[in-house]
Amino acid sequence: MDSALIPEGVERCSFKRFTLGMIIPAALVIWGLYAAYLCWFKGLNQTNMNDSYGFALWIWADLAVIAVGGGAFFTGFLRYVVGKDELKNIINFAVLVGFCCYCSAMLILAIDIGQPLRGWFIFWHANVHSMLTEVAFCLSLYLTVLAIEYLPLLLENRKLDQVPFFHNLGHNMHEVMAVFAATGAFLSCFHQGSLGGVTGVLYGRPFGMREGIFIWPWTFFLYTWSAAACGPCFTMLSCKITEMITGKKLVKDNVYNLLAKISGWMLGTYIVAKIADTLWWAIVTVPTTGFTFMEFYNNSNNFHGLWILILEIGVCGLLPVAILVRKKWRENSSLFFTAILLAVIGVCVNRWVMVMQPMAMPVMTFDQWVLYLPSWQEWATTILPVAGGIIIIALSYRYLPVFPQERELNPVEKS
Amino acid sequence: MFPNVWEWAWDAGHYIFFGGMWYVLAILFLGMNWCVFKAIKDTKAGKGGGHDH
Repeated sequence: MDSALIPEGVERCSFKRFTLGMIIPAALVIWGLYAAYLCWFKGLNQTNMNDSYGFALWIWADLAVIAVGGGAFFTGFLRYVVGKDELKNIINFAVLVGFCCYCSAMLILAIDIGQPLRGWFIFWHANVHSMLTEVAFCLSLYLTVLAIEYLPLLLENRKLDQVPFFHNLGHNMHEVMAVFAATGAFLSCFHQGSLGGVTGVLYGRPFGMREGIFIWPWTFFLYTWSAAACGPCFTMLSCKITEMITGKKLVKDNVYNLLAKISGWMLGTYIVAKIADTLWWAIVTVPTTGFTFMEFYNNSNNFHGLWILILEIGVCGLLPVAILVRKKWRENSSLFFTAILLAVIGVCVNRWVMVMQPMAMPVMTFDQWVLYLPSWQEWATTILPVAGGIIIIALSYRYLPVFPQERELNPVEKS
Repeated sequence: MFPNVWEWAWDAGHYIFFGGMWYVLAILFLGMNWCVFKAIKDTKAGKGGGHDH
């Protein structure tokens, strides 16, 4: 039915099978849109957010998708600015994943602001003393950059490519892509950093507060660093999952190997910096705020006990580093998959720890630990962009030449 | 966002924030325009329509 749109020289499942596969994600999108409608028209009383959790599931999801979407900017930086030519075989997919992640982030923010009709105020009447203003600027501009980076891939669709103007436009965009990629890397560094800076400057919240350089707390640099380290891991993880679903090898091992090695060293240096930051905070910063280190972990009925620190730095930090930096281990497919999965979980746990805990942590003697369980509307609107992302990736894989090595790795027998 | 908008001030904060924003927008606008105009020129010259990139 749609064979004229499918790239030449590759095999895809039947249109019927593809449509059946999209039923569950489409149903989740409809459910999420209904929940978004409720939040927009009835207000944020549809959520279970409260004074202790003003930053709740949405903001965590937002920061997590932005962190894992960092694969697009860092892979783009390595490919176009540093000149790692092998990465041309995964850059399309990295851009696609990044595009889905940043669309998700913008959608979640659009619901979270509660009054979307005034969303443009952040640009029009910008508060230039707020780190979140910088985040809003960079986030929306970087989404534009990702859309520009995604456009040439879209124009390579078999039918669109036959139109001379589209063919020439795609070709010209490839020629100047380094300019867009460098702009994207610049924007991404700043908004990843500013998201980290938000918790770092909360002087009334000693769990998140950090010292730093000039106006930037250490969390500013740690966020950018962790996104550059774990973003490519999410790109590789998504790629591996796509390979599992399609039953095809889509990217050669040397490409995975190179990106995994770079991610491993980035993650390793990040974890060393993170440990140093945590030690400095525990030994030097925390005592000046009138707290002891263990108070932060003992008073939460174990919901945010010391286990979460061990999970973030040990299990999801040091362990993947050990696997990714060692050639023999990262070439083992099971260990490789475990390492990239743990790295992705690690950065999501880090965003949880840095966003949820500082706000919820009691800082006054009369404060209590408050529990928070997201409402179904919050779950639905958080799942909505994930399901939407699955649909975008599935459609792109079906109709666009996302993986340049696919034809070579999966030769089609001519009947 | 613009000097005529209420609460605008000619201070370092506005120079940095909006300077950066307009600078990036200018790069994206000029970059895309270059691609579009060159594509129009190439198309008029009879290029494209194949799979040669």
